[in-house]
Amino acid sequence: MEKKVKLMQGNEACVEGAIAAGMRFFAGYPITPSTEIAEFSAQKLPRVGGKFIQMEDEIASMAAIIGASLTGLKSMTATSGPGFSLKQENIGYASIAEVPCVIVNVQRGGPSTGLPTSPAQGDVMQARWGTHGDHPIIALTPSSVRETFDLTVKAFNLSERYRVPVVLLLDEVIAHMREKIEIPSKDEIEIINRKKPKVNIEDYKPYETDDSDLVPAMASYGEGYRFHVTGLVHDETGFPSNSPVVAEKLIRRLIDKIEVNKEDIILYEEYNLEDAEIAIVAYGSTARSAKSAIDMARDEGIKVGLFRPITIWPAADKIIEKLSKRVKTIIVVEMNLGQYVYEIERIASKNCSIKSYGRVNGELITPDEILDKIKEV
Amino acid sequence: MSSELIKKYFRYNRLPHIWCPGCGHGIILRSVVEAIDELGYSKDEVCVVSGIGCSSRAPGYLDFNTLHTTHGRALAFATGIKMANPNLKVIVITGDGDCTAIGGNHLIHAARRNIDITTIVFNNNIYGMTGGQYSPTTPQGEKGTTAPYGNIDKNFDLCELAKAAGATYVGRSTAYHAKLINKLVKAGMQNKGFSFIETVSVCPTYYGRKNKKGNAVNMMKFLKDNAVNVKAARALNDEQLKGKFLIGELYKSVEPEYTDEYKKIINSFQKER
Repeated sequence: MEKKVKLMQGNEACVEGAIAAGMRFFAGYPITPSTEIAEFSAQKLPRVGGKFIQMEDEIASMAAIIGASLTGLKSMTATSGPGFSLKQENIGYASIAEVPCVIVNVQRGGPSTGLPTSPAQGDVMQARWGTHGDHPIIALTPSSVRETFDLTVKAFNLSERYRVPVVLLLDEVIAHMREKIEIPSKDEIEIINRKKPKVNIEDYKPYETDDSDLVPAMASYGEGYRFHVTGLVHDETGFPSNSPVVAEKLIRRLIDKIEVNKEDIILYEEYNLEDAEIAIVAYGSTARSAKSAIDMARDEGIKVGLFRPITIWPAADKIIEKLSKRVKTIIVVEMNLGQYVYEIERIASKNCSIKSYGRVNGELITPDEILDKIKEV
Repeated sequence: MSSELIKKYFRYNRLPHIWCPGCGHGIILRSVVEAIDELGYSKDEVCVVSGIGCSSRAPGYLDFNTLHTTHGRALAFATGIKMANPNLKVIVITGDGDCTAIGGNHLIHAARRNIDITTIVFNNNIYGMTGGQYSPTTPQGEKGTTAPYGNIDKNFDLCELAKAAGATYVGRSTAYHAKLINKLVKAGMQNKGFSFIETVSVCPTYYGRKNKKGNAVNMMKFLKDNAVNVKAARALNDEQLKGKFLIGELYKSVEPEYTDEYKKIINSFQKER
């Protein structure tokens, strides 16, 4: 693939990124505003020898990508709010069975059918806690079309590296916005593939982890390892167990494999934070308005900067904690009535004051509104 | 023969199985494994997928590529597997509730696509694992823990359902007619397309006890006395067939297979390059 400059939509950049990362299987069910991801995948995948299937529903789509991933193909599905809710049980399955896969959620107004064609950032907590039980997850939030390309690649890399479902949390603005982007050439893109077993077939234990990264090597169906996969709590052999010791060990390892590798997982952007007394925390399209508001405030001499979580889960807790010791106030701006602010409060409320600003009417938060909020502080 | 099969195809250290004394599932599973053995497929090319329920524990006992999924979703997982690697011989083992209640949508759509998956329903007419609630195949009027006054839901004819949805091979047998299961599974696996085999099992623990069907032997005798082979049925009139059910090869047709059709699309681009 050669470097090329194109006018592209966020949803299209997502598919370009996925194919560049090695996606060769997509299963999905049409839902606004994510539909173009399925459409572009249907168009492009067979051209690179990949497979597209439109399943009968969202649940089936999530199931199909897990099946395909177990067979060795890098797999993705895409959806929006209500579809994301439907997928949750099987996202939990991918977590406990440690099956790499990418789930794109182009957020729209909710709850329920909500505002199908309007932007929102209301699925932040669902991305983290949507399925039942304690489980790991990684979620990434791009703020531009180019970043959607890059983070889709990153989503696949993290998913393969840690055998974890990775959520790409877009919002409708980024998904449908068109920007001129430069698509990097093949040799500029880092690709990470899942760790394959090196042991003899008879010695393979699908959930044994020797390495300090806590991630087991993964065989594919059909390669001769003949392993068992289940959504039940299982031991290192992959077979179910009711033992409290086994259960505790497994769930803790699943959480810890993300915890101990946080430095590799967490991405963020800082803008004008060096001397800031006020920090805005914003992500996705809202971060773009926040940047403009910060420029306007700086013109008036207000020391304000932006902390933009790119990896929204797990949270960059150490970095946010340090930031909270330097600033007087953090304002969390998001297109919901206060979701990520809970996480910021958890991390930072002992060090500085925390304010929440949000809206849920299906319209973008403007720079002027954020500026007003800054001035209030 | 059985012990050799166990040595060759079962994960010996995973036994004993969880099924109750008198359950028909073990007989059915043996016939399925016999069929795979007689077809001569290697263990590496066979993939067995299940959902949740009594029958769905079967893959754990078998030394193939095995996947125990979420409730009702076995066919959706299996569709991903078959699409991703059409060389795998994919078998779905599922129960009546798993396949036709929560998983009903996946069944009709897998059949509609005619994707090359062999689905074997272990139909015990009840939700066994959760303790005897009525299922889509519990006959009208019979009892379950959630139908204490008799079930008023009309029950599905699974084979008619699969056929109407587009399955290209449909057959039915029972735990009593083990040899027929073997024959149907072999034919189903050789069919290039979606094959659906209903195997009527017995659940003396819940269905039998709740509905006063007697012990496991009586329930097996019921299968023997009430199943009529489709060939034999041709010579019988409606009166003679009343209350009976048909077993044997019920439907067969040749239609394009899903992964083959998709392969054609991929190939069209390879020529272009």
